[in-house]
Amino acid sequence: MSLKKIEAIIKPFKLEEVKEALTEAGIEGMTVTEVKGFGRQKGHTEIYRGSEYTVDFLPKVKLEIILGSSLVDKAVSAIIKGAKTGKIGDGKIFVLPVDEAVRIRTEDKGEKAI
Amino acid sequence: MTMQSMLGWRPLVVLSVLWMSVMGVRAEAPTPTLEQRVAGLEAYLGNTDPTAPLKDAKGNIPEGLTTASVGVAGPGHNGWMMTSAALVLFMTLPGLALFYGGLVRQKNVLSILAQCLGITGLVSILWWVVGYSLVFGKGFNSPILGGLEFSFLKGVTSAPNTDYAYWVSHNVFSMYQMMFAIITPALIIGAIAERIKFSAVLLFVGAWMFIVYFPLAHMVWGITGLMNGVWNSGASIKAIDFAGGTVVHMSSGWSALVLCLILGKRLGFGKEPMPPHSMVLCMVGTGMLWVGWYGFNAGSAVAADGVASNAFLTTTMATAVASFVWAVAEYFDKGKASVLGFCSGAVAGLVVITPATGFVDASGAIIIGVAAGLVPWFFCTRVKQWFKYDDALDTFGVHAVGGTLGAFLTGVLATADVNSNLNTNLKDIVGKTLYIEQLKAMALTIVLSVVGTAIIAFVIKALLGLRPTSEAEREGLDVSDHEEKGYIY
Repeated sequence: MSLKKIEAIIKPFKLEEVKEALTEAGIEGMTVTEVKGFGRQKGHTEIYRGSEYTVDFLPKVKLEIILGSSLVDKAVSAIIKGAKTGKIGDGKIFVLPVDEAVRIRTEDKGEKAI
Repeated sequence: MTMQSMLGWRPLVVLSVLWMSVMGVRAEAPTPTLEQRVAGLEAYLGNTDPTAPLKDAKGNIPEGLTTASVGVAGPGHNGWMMTSAALVLFMTLPGLALFYGGLVRQKNVLSILAQCLGITGLVSILWWVVGYSLVFGKGFNSPILGGLEFSFLKGVTSAPNTDYAYWVSHNVFSMYQMMFAIITPALIIGAIAERIKFSAVLLFVGAWMFIVYFPLAHMVWGITGLMNGVWNSGASIKAIDFAGGTVVHMSSGWSALVLCLILGKRLGFGKEPMPPHSMVLCMVGTGMLWVGWYGFNAGSAVAADGVASNAFLTTTMATAVASFVWAVAEYFDKGKASVLGFCSGAVAGLVVITPATGFVDASGAIIIGVAAGLVPWFFCTRVKQWFKYDDALDTFGVHAVGGTLGAFLTGVLATADVNSNLNTNLKDIVGKTLYIEQLKAMALTIVLSVVGTAIIAFVIKALLGLRPTSEAEREGLDVSDHEEKGYIY
């Protein structure tokens, strides 16, 4: 079975719900990074004593999950379930192929490594 | 006559002459009566002259007559003034340092702290050398500048200098006033933040103290001062300024505008976002400024007396009202009340009440609070946008505008009901034409600040330049001027 990587950009305050939904779906590990970015949502404005600034880069959280291809659909649904508010700025999910995975401690490879 | 008889009476004569001379000295040193001693103590309660009860009908004190109340500081008044001096220092370190430091970008936070610290040390040295003497001496008998008699704080002892306070040690008074001399130039750095060399700041401040601050402080507060309407019956401009509307806020604010125009805008001004890096530090600094300002305003009574109590009340009311009104103005303007709005309003309230604090009552303080919430707000959010000057942290908008507004309103709202000192020399003009005297004082302060600052700034610009290289400015002054970073993650 092939390995896949899910990269999801979500709203920071949705992280807990997404994590719970993924755990329920049987996903056992993930890597989380605080990132900044913008898409169609663009930024928001901040005003300091009358000076308006458009803040393009909004704080987001990026999840990275490596998993067997059979779990991808369940994981994607779980992320959607946890992260969706229905408003602009909910984020995106990308699925990518992965060539190899190695567990450093045991040197296991492939699906055994994750 | 025999030798024996000669020896017999001679020692007696010597003894009697000695006895008489001792008694004679005693007769020349009169003892104060119990009434005089009690009256001396009562003078302490009322913050009046402890030598007054010793004076005879002609107003002279018999030679040698004194009480234990004369020539010593009163514990309560002195204690409050030491506390006040510490509070005013606290306004700069770390109050103003954090208020300004939070408002700059992260790469320049230390430059603000370093400038506040550097100014504190530099001004203290100047104050010791000759600054105090030039402001509060009277050797020159001049309305413009004090004298040299207190150079190196010579003769500035724990005994009160009764030209300024009957019950506060001269050394405490000099340290209290030094804290004002420190914070005034430190206020200027707000307008020029993020784009001036550290060396240029120190050189500027050193010159500015001599050309603007020392003369202006003497004119307003010196016993022979040109604009000291309350205490100098010979003042040509009979203006009043309780805690430094002209001396501190107008002088720093107007100088800040001129220096920021000569210096030019920050790189990227109007194109790049330059939001505050920490509104939390800014708010913490604001709170410290507010608390420290009780020393600034109530301390300016130079006594723990009723005038100080009134100043405590008016400072509180004006500040709280101004903070609230500024935020309300923002709410109606943009739909949101911001933390920076509350903070700016509080500082504006403190600034505007400063010249008036010991001269107005609670109603006056409320009027001042409302004006302080609206007028500086208008300048910071509108006028600055129209004219596009880069008053980075709004020193002009808050301190020059607020100080000028306060100086004028003091002339309108001052009342002898809360401060009987206004009856001494100003009885005929308080509540009537005092505001005209205030306008004269405002004009003189603006001219001195603007001209003095322009001269100093152009000289320093020619000598060593004011601005860092554009590379250093982009990298941030913390690394380029101090080789440090504020935050290491």
